Amino acid sequence: MSRPIIEFIDVVKAFGTQRILDHVSVGFPEGKTTVIAGGSGQGKSVSLKLILGLIKPESGQILIEGQDIASMKRRQLNTIRTNFGVLFQGSALLDSITVFENVALPLRERRSLSRQEVHRRVEEMLDQFDLSGHGEKYPAQLSGGMKKRVGLSRALMLQPKIMLFDEPTTGLDPEISMEIYRLFFKTQKKFGYTSIIVSHDIPKVFNLADQVIILKDGKMIVFDSPEEIQFSVNPEIQSFVETTMGQVYISQDIEKLS
Amino acid sequence: MFQYIEKLGATTIYYLRDIGRMGLFLLQSFAGVFSHPFRFRETIRQIKEIGSSSLGLIAFTGAFTGMVLGLQGYYTLSKFGSEGALGSAVALSLIRELGPVLTALMVVGRAGSAMCAEIGIMRNSEQLDALECMAIDPFRYLITPKFLATLISVPILTQFFNLIGIAGGYLAGVVLLGVNPGAYTSGIEQSVVNLDINLGIVKSFVFALLIVWICAGRGYFVHLIRGAGFGAEGVSRVTTQAVVYSSISVLLWDYLITAVML
Ligand SMILES: Nc1ncnc2c1ncn2[C@@H]1O[C@H](COP(=O)(O)OP(=O)(O)OP(=O)(O)O)[C@@H](O)[C@H]1O
Ligand SMILES: [Mg+2]
Repeated sequence: MSRPIIEFIDVVKAFGTQRILDHVSVGFPEGKTTVIAGGSGQGKSVSLKLILGLIKPESGQILIEGQDIASMKRRQLNTIRTNFGVLFQGSALLDSITVFENVALPLRERRSLSRQEVHRRVEEMLDQFDLSGHGEKYPAQLSGGMKKRVGLSRALMLQPKIMLFDEPTTGLDPEISMEIYRLFFKTQKKFGYTSIIVSHDIPKVFNLADQVIILKDGKMIVFDSPEEIQFSVNPEIQSFVETTMGQVYISQDIEKLS
Repeated sequence: MFQYIEKLGATTIYYLRDIGRMGLFLLQSFAGVFSHPFRFRETIRQIKEIGSSSLGLIAFTGAFTGMVLGLQGYYTLSKFGSEGALGSAVALSLIRELGPVLTALMVVGRAGSAMCAEIGIMRNSEQLDALECMAIDPFRYLITPKFLATLISVPILTQFFNLIGIAGGYLAGVVLLGVNPGAYTSGIEQSVVNLDINLGIVKSFVFALLIVWICAGRGYFVHLIRGAGFGAEGVSRVTTQAVVYSSISVLLWDYLITAVML
């Protein structure tokens, strides 16, 4: 696989006495899609926050293109962060401004473009996500699926190298989830970003994965393909696969993959 | 025994951290003024927000406070046959004490609580994280405009309160009870000195700072406040806490400033 663009080296993260990550070392290959799966409260969101520098590890290094963000000052961190696009679990749109303003925000804040140019780019992006005509609405007036699409537009506005998705489809009905994955496929093809997806939507999301990481009891177990998980002889993995994903889905999934 | 000591230690550390966080929050809020680009429009919008949300309330409380002062003052002063001093009694009470304090308490109730809840909800719904991830400084973008707007609005609202209050005193004392109008106004002119006005202004700035610091800060750290709980419940608890803490601080500092500047 290609070289890692993000790398955890011996990372320890704890809250009080609770160890979330226990000496974890893992790499996220450039241009590929990594899926992080694991039970609730195992530290999936915490891992994403570590990558974003929103929280710091107790020890170890987190390298983004070779630079350790764990020891960085705010200013340097901000430079690194311009490489990232994030789709938050609840979309995290600013609710005091309109959809248009939300999507325009990264452009207004990080680029110096003319009014017309901002307008053009935002409209183009909204159009791609079937959101034209909704620009003047406020986030509270949107459905969950629409919010995700606005969140995705905002995240892609600066053409990030790395996209992080925290449970992009949790709480959406299957049809809308499929729509989100379709948009994911389309935009990844277009922008070629590295992606990390945290998801419970196991069967669907496994079809997108180049690498799967299962997070369990503070350890990250890496699989170079979704199939590898199926044939894992590790009894813990087997039990995880059964309890988290359900036997039925898995067998369907194998059929689809093979 | 050991458990008890351990608990005490943990509590002490928690409060020290909390104080440290809040101190840093204050510094960053002011530093936000100097990070570019300054959000001038947002500051104006916030002034309108704080000003207009409290204006009616301030007018109402100001008028009735003034009228009550007029009635009470008349009752007391007439016992000594010095109703003529009513104007100065009303004006001094308002300018030195009641104007700044009551305005601050009204602003806490209207604008401060709203501010705390707004920021708390932004924290819980990851909007603040989203700003950071877009490399947008949440202080410059969100907090600093609120700080400046409060520091500008509260002193203006205080003076507005004083004016309405003095007029209310006039209504009660002169119009209703028949105090000589010339005595009412000349009493104010003769008794109110610069020190009184300065004292009122200093108070209104200090109160404004306390309100926005505590209300915005509590909302900002909603996720770190012990015992607040999570989600909507956390925000509502922390908002109540912000209102209580800022009201108490206003009264405490009112005493301190009066004692020092007297
Ligand atoms: N700021 C924090 N302070 C203390 N504990 C925290 C904090 N953030 C997360 N935790 C704890 O860390 C653990 C992992 O949390 P995390 O949010 O990463 O779970 P998750 O794997 O994303 O779960 P879910 O699928 O439910 O979203 C949880 O037990 C949580 O209680
Ligand atoms: Mg999570």
